[in-house]
Amino acid sequence: MSAKNAAVTESLLTKTILILVAVAYVALILVLPLASVFSEAFRHGIAAFKAAIVEPDALAAIQLTLTVAAISVPINMVCGLAAAWAVTKHDFRGKQLLISLIDVPFSISPVVAGLMYLLLFGAQGWFGEWLLAHDIRIAFAKPGIVLATLIVTLPFVARELIPLMQAQGREEEEAALTLGAPGWRIFLWVTLPNIRWGLLYGVLLTNARAMGEFGAVSVISGHIRGETNTMPLQVEVLYNEYNFAAAFAVASLLAGLALVTLVVKTLLEWRHGDQLAAAGH
Amino acid sequence: MATAAVSLPGKRRGRHSPLPGLPLTLGITVAWLSILLLLPLVALFAKSLTLGPGHFFEAAFSRRAIASYELSFGAALVAAGVNAVFGLLVAWVLVRYRFPGRRLLGALVDLPFALPTAVAGIALTAVYADTGWVGKPVAAFGIKLAYNPIGVVIALTFIGLPFVVRTVEPVLADMGRGLEEAAATLGARRWTIFRRVILPEIFPAIVTGFALAFARGVGEYGSVIFIAGNMPFKSEIAPLLIVTKLEEYDYAGATAIATVLLLASLVLLLLINLWQGRELKRRSA
Repeated sequence: MSAKNAAVTESLLTKTILILVAVAYVALILVLPLASVFSEAFRHGIAAFKAAIVEPDALAAIQLTLTVAAISVPINMVCGLAAAWAVTKHDFRGKQLLISLIDVPFSISPVVAGLMYLLLFGAQGWFGEWLLAHDIRIAFAKPGIVLATLIVTLPFVARELIPLMQAQGREEEEAALTLGAPGWRIFLWVTLPNIRWGLLYGVLLTNARAMGEFGAVSVISGHIRGETNTMPLQVEVLYNEYNFAAAFAVASLLAGLALVTLVVKTLLEWRHGDQLAAAGH
Repeated sequence: MATAAVSLPGKRRGRHSPLPGLPLTLGITVAWLSILLLLPLVALFAKSLTLGPGHFFEAAFSRRAIASYELSFGAALVAAGVNAVFGLLVAWVLVRYRFPGRRLLGALVDLPFALPTAVAGIALTAVYADTGWVGKPVAAFGIKLAYNPIGVVIALTFIGLPFVVRTVEPVLADMGRGLEEAAATLGARRWTIFRRVILPEIFPAIVTGFALAFARGVGEYGSVIFIAGNMPFKSEIAPLLIVTKLEEYDYAGATAIATVLLLASLVLLLLINLWQGRELKRRSA
């Protein structure tokens, strides 16, 4: 690992300074803000924190966030798996284009993503009149929130699985095929065990982003309190009403979720690093 | 990789994979991308086209819109630059040194990926506004860190850090020490070795990380709007201007600005891909 050769390493003093500067930077930019969320949330005591969480609009927001994640995460998991299978186990024309397309949502501003759906499903949008005539609400309602969440979280599972399955090749599946196994059994018994940790990793990232998405959901939701406000939107509403204690209380739940995500992510990288896609996270 | 595949490179290309499931999985994938991504993209571009060039340019390049692009692109550039330097430092420390808390530091770097942007936004404001832990002592010197363009840069610095660290880290870890040792044997000083041997090797990764952080920063919304102050012409980012236009029911104006942002980010994505492809070729050559 580390060559104990004075010429290819820095002096102890240089090392210490570099480490301290790096730690100070991370503390200033990342740790202090994180700590402030919890400090502000509990500033007025546990009772005030609890009151802010069990407030009906806050509870409705929590419920909506969980519902949206429960719908959008499985959809993107299944579709991401399908995309990874098609792209890594088969050859076809336009494959590279397909892989590039999967990456596109990462580079679209969340606000622009939300606007695109508004142009499709809003009152003046392409399907606006038809939807109105059939009494179906997508924009400013839950389906719109799900759609917005789906597009911003679209790449995570596929992006994790494609490099992983590419590196693993097709030999094991082809061997199973020779032995006469049907397709779904090949997938369940051969492919899935090989990719399960990578899949879990992708799902974890999808979920974190799904529960926390703000910009895209903000544009499409219409901010109807107790109805179309997710947790991040509720944080904004409370904050703009100068109800800082309640805003930070709801925010601290999301920060807690982020911490759990980081812990599980670190454990996965630690224990199953060999089964995760190499770089890029 | 596997020997069987290597021995039949020519044959493999032409023949179809014997594995099942292509029609089903490809069908799902195409439907998924079409509904969620392509159809909405087409809707955006179509709406832009219906505006007509005159109206489009008027809305997309009004003085207020241009000021917002300058802020979004400028602040993203500065923040990505700050992260290129400090992200390299963090990656370096994580890969090269062993010290207590190293794993914790490594795990924390991903916080901006996991923390919802709205939470980051109010948290950064709490810390950097002039009543906050950092904002207050700094305000004593007459410097305001929040509710101005500096606040925008702070938020984008938060958002961008992991992009640089996570791109540079694996390259640094994979780098052999052979060249460094050779340079040291020839009597080069440590700083010279870093500048002349190590930096050229990791520079492409730094550029990629910089570009990814920049691209993310240009479109960022949630973490910025709380700390920015949101004054038109001064501290109003482009994504916020889109939201403002929507709240005024000015769909045409919002669409024009969104189209500019979208095209900019697609061009950036293309450039990053081309650059990465070139680097990959260079490395394997």
